[in-house]
Amino acid sequence: MPEGQEKAAAETKAKGGTTKNRHDFVEGDRYAPAPESTDHVSLKDSYDLFIGGEWVRAPKRIETINPATGEVLSEVAEAGPRMVDRAVSAARQAYDKTWSKMSGRERGKYLFRLARLIQERAREFAVVETMDGGKPIRESRDIDLPLVASHFFYYAGWADKLDYAFPGRRARSLGVAGQVIPWNFPLLMAAWKLAPALACGNTVVLKPAETTPLTALKLAELIEEAGFPPGVVNIITGAGKTGRNLVRHPDVDKVAFTGSTEVGKMIQKDLAGTGRRYTLELGGKAANIIFDDAAVNQAVEGIVNGIFFNQGHVCCAGSRLFVQEGIADAVVRKLKRRMESLVLGDPLDKNTDIGAINSQEQLERIKVLVDAGNEEGAKCWQSGQRLPRKGFWFKPTIFTECAQSHRIVQKEIFGPVLAIQTFRTPEEAVEKANNTPYGLSGGVWTDKGSKIFKITSQIRAGVLWANTFNKFDPGSPFGGYKESGIGREGGLQGLASYLDLH
Amino acid sequence: MSTKKRLAVNKTYKLYLGGKFPRTESGRYYELNGRKGALLANVSRASRKDFRNAVVAARKAWPGWDGATAHLRGQILYRVAEILEGRSEQFEEELRAQGTTPAAARKEVTTAIDLLVHYAGWTDKYQSLFSSVNPVSSPYFNFSMPESTGVVAAIAPEESGLLGLCSVIAPILAGGSTSVILASHTRPLCAITLAEVLNSSDVPGGVVNILTGFRDELLSQFAEHMDVNALLICSDDEKEIKLVQERAVENLKRVISHVDGPLAESPYHILDFQEIKTTWHPVGV
Repeated sequence: MPEGQEKAAAETKAKGGTTKNRHDFVEGDRYAPAPESTDHVSLKDSYDLFIGGEWVRAPKRIETINPATGEVLSEVAEAGPRMVDRAVSAARQAYDKTWSKMSGRERGKYLFRLARLIQERAREFAVVETMDGGKPIRESRDIDLPLVASHFFYYAGWADKLDYAFPGRRARSLGVAGQVIPWNFPLLMAAWKLAPALACGNTVVLKPAETTPLTALKLAELIEEAGFPPGVVNIITGAGKTGRNLVRHPDVDKVAFTGSTEVGKMIQKDLAGTGRRYTLELGGKAANIIFDDAAVNQAVEGIVNGIFFNQGHVCCAGSRLFVQEGIADAVVRKLKRRMESLVLGDPLDKNTDIGAINSQEQLERIKVLVDAGNEEGAKCWQSGQRLPRKGFWFKPTIFTECAQSHRIVQKEIFGPVLAIQTFRTPEEAVEKANNTPYGLSGGVWTDKGSKIFKITSQIRAGVLWANTFNKFDPGSPFGGYKESGIGREGGLQGLASYLDLH
Repeated sequence: MSTKKRLAVNKTYKLYLGGKFPRTESGRYYELNGRKGALLANVSRASRKDFRNAVVAARKAWPGWDGATAHLRGQILYRVAEILEGRSEQFEEELRAQGTTPAAARKEVTTAIDLLVHYAGWTDKYQSLFSSVNPVSSPYFNFSMPESTGVVAAIAPEESGLLGLCSVIAPILAGGSTSVILASHTRPLCAITLAEVLNSSDVPGGVVNILTGFRDELLSQFAEHMDVNALLICSDDEKEIKLVQERAVENLKRVISHVDGPLAESPYHILDFQEIKTTWHPVGV
C-alpha cells in the first residue's frame, strides 16, 4: 500500500470506524477502511507524447501528483510549439491518407473495439483516475468509467449512420480537431471529445489537463492496442500554453474546449475571422430550486449530489440553492445533518463520499471565494469532518443569508461550496435563477408535474434536472446557454459539432 | 379625373423601433439619391443610442413572442406575406428607384413573399425535426428540444434590399427570437416599408426593430451589446467579419455569417438561433 493510503486508512481508524456496521448510515458513523487495491495498476515513471502512433520524447517534463497525498505518481512531457505542430501534421496526414477515406462502418468498428478494451480494464483506469485527480473511487468506478465506455460505444454506432442524423443534409467530416479538456472528469471528457470526432471521420489532437494527464495517456495505450491507424488520435500533454498553441494552430479545422468561461472567450477571440469551427463547454452556476411541495428528503439527497459530487468540481454543479421560504429551515436542518454523515478522506476508499481537491491552485481559489462570502456578510457553516494532514482538502460548506450580489452567488467556485437563498413565488425563483451570465444547468424539485414543465422551460440553461440532479448519458445532449458555452456534446445533437452539413 | 399634375405626397423614412416609427434620437440623416441624382429620401442615420433602445424593445418583446404558440407565429408570418403581396407594387417601385431593373424587382418581391410563406409553415414543424427523446441507460425520461436564443442583432445584406432582408428576418421570427436589424445602407427604402407591413400584420411591437444608418458606426455596437444573444452578419468583407467575431466574445454571442443573406430556404437557418435544452425526470411510482 502506498504511504499516503496507509495514513488515510490510519486516520479513518482513528475516527473509530472499524467496529461499526458499514450500512449503519443514519447515526453518521464512519466505516471500516475499504481501500480499493492498486496492485493491478500499471503506471510508468514517465510518459512521452503520443504522436503519429509513436511515443515521442519531449525534453521538458512536468510531474503529476496524487492530490490526496502529495506523492508524485509519474512525470509527463510538456509539448512545446514544435511538438504541437508535429501532432497536428500527424493528424492531418492520417486524415488525408486513411481516416477520411475509410467507410463509416470500419471507423465504427475501431470505436467499438476501443469501448470493449475500456470495459475490460475499467477497474484499473478508475483507480488511476482517482489517484491522479482525487475523486472518490466510488464515482470513478461507478460513474466515470461506465460513461466513458458507453460514450465510445454510443458514437461507434453513429459512424455509418451520419446521413440519417440531419434530415435534408449530407454529412461530411471537418478534418483535424484540436481538443482541450479539463481536470474534473479527465477520461470522461476525453471520451466526450474523441468519440464523436472520430465517429464523424475527423482525426484528433487531444490535450488533457496538466494536473490529470495519466488516464488520457493510458487511453493512448488502448488506442494503440485497438490498432487505430497511426495519427488518427494524438495525445499531447502540457499546460495552458500547449493548449493555446493547439487551438491557434492554423491547420486545425475544429476546436473543442471544455474549461473556464474566461479561457473559452480567449479561444473565441483567437478564432475570430479564421472561419474555423468551435464548440465551447464552459462554466456554470446552476440554480437548484426546491419548492415547498417537493419530497424534502429526496431533495436533500439531490442537493448533496448536486454540489458535493466530485467535490463540486463540476461545471454543472448545483451551486446555488433556492428553497421556498416555508420549508427553508427544515431543508437546511436536514442538509446539515446529511452533510455530517458524508465520509471525507482517502479517495481510494470505497466508502469515501468527498475526495481531495484537485490541486493546490484550485484549493486557493476556493478559499479566496469562501473568504469573500464571509466578508460580504453571508453566514458560513461547515460540516465537522477532520481533514487529512497531507494533500488538498476542503470541508463541505454552505452559506445562508446570501444576497444576489455576493461573489459566492455570482462566481463559479468549482468546489464543495453551496450558496443558499430563499424565495416566495415561482416567478421570484425563476428570476433569481436566471440572474447570472451562465446557463449550463438547473434543478427543479416539486411533486407537481405541470410546475416542472413550466419552471424547466423558463430556466435559461441547457440541461434541466427535475427531481434529480447531475445525471449524464451518452445519448443525452449537454451544453450551455449564454456564457456557459456554444454547441452540444452527446446524443444526436452532439454530432453536429463535428460535421459539415451541406 | 383631373388632368392637372398632382403634387405627390412623399414618404418620410424613419426608424422602426418598439412598434413605432420614430426619427433617430440623434436627429441625423443621410441623403439617398436615385439613378439620376434626384433625392429619394433623407434616411434616418441611427445612433448607438437608437440601437440600445432597440435592444431594450426587443428584450421586452421576447417573452411574449417566444411564448406565443407556434401556430400563432405561423399565422402572423403568413399574414406578413399576405400584406406584402398586396403592397408588392410599392416595393417594386422602391427597388426600381434604388437601381434594380423592373424584371429583377418583380422577381425579388415575389421571391420574398414566397420565402415568408415558406417560413410561416416552419414555425410549428422545426421543433419536431430538431427534438429528440433520448434513450438513457437509467430510469429517467430524457428529452431535448430547441428553444429560441433570445435577442438577435442582424446586419442585413447590402445588395438585396428586400429579399435579403426577409431572408434574415423570417428564420429569426419563425424561431421565436426577437431582433434588431440594420438595413442595407444603399438600399434602405424597402426596409422601412417592410416595417409598415410588419406593423400591420400583428407582429407585436419590438419583435422586429429596424434601423438605417452607417455600418461602420454601428457594427461594433451590434457585436458588443451585452443583452444581445446572437449576431447575424451578412458580409463578404473578411475584416468586418473578424471585427464582429472579436467583439462578440464578451458575452459569448453566437455569430452566424453569410455572404449575401441566408437566401436558400432551410429550417437549419431557424436552428442557427435556437438553443437545445435537455430535460431529465425520474420514471417510477
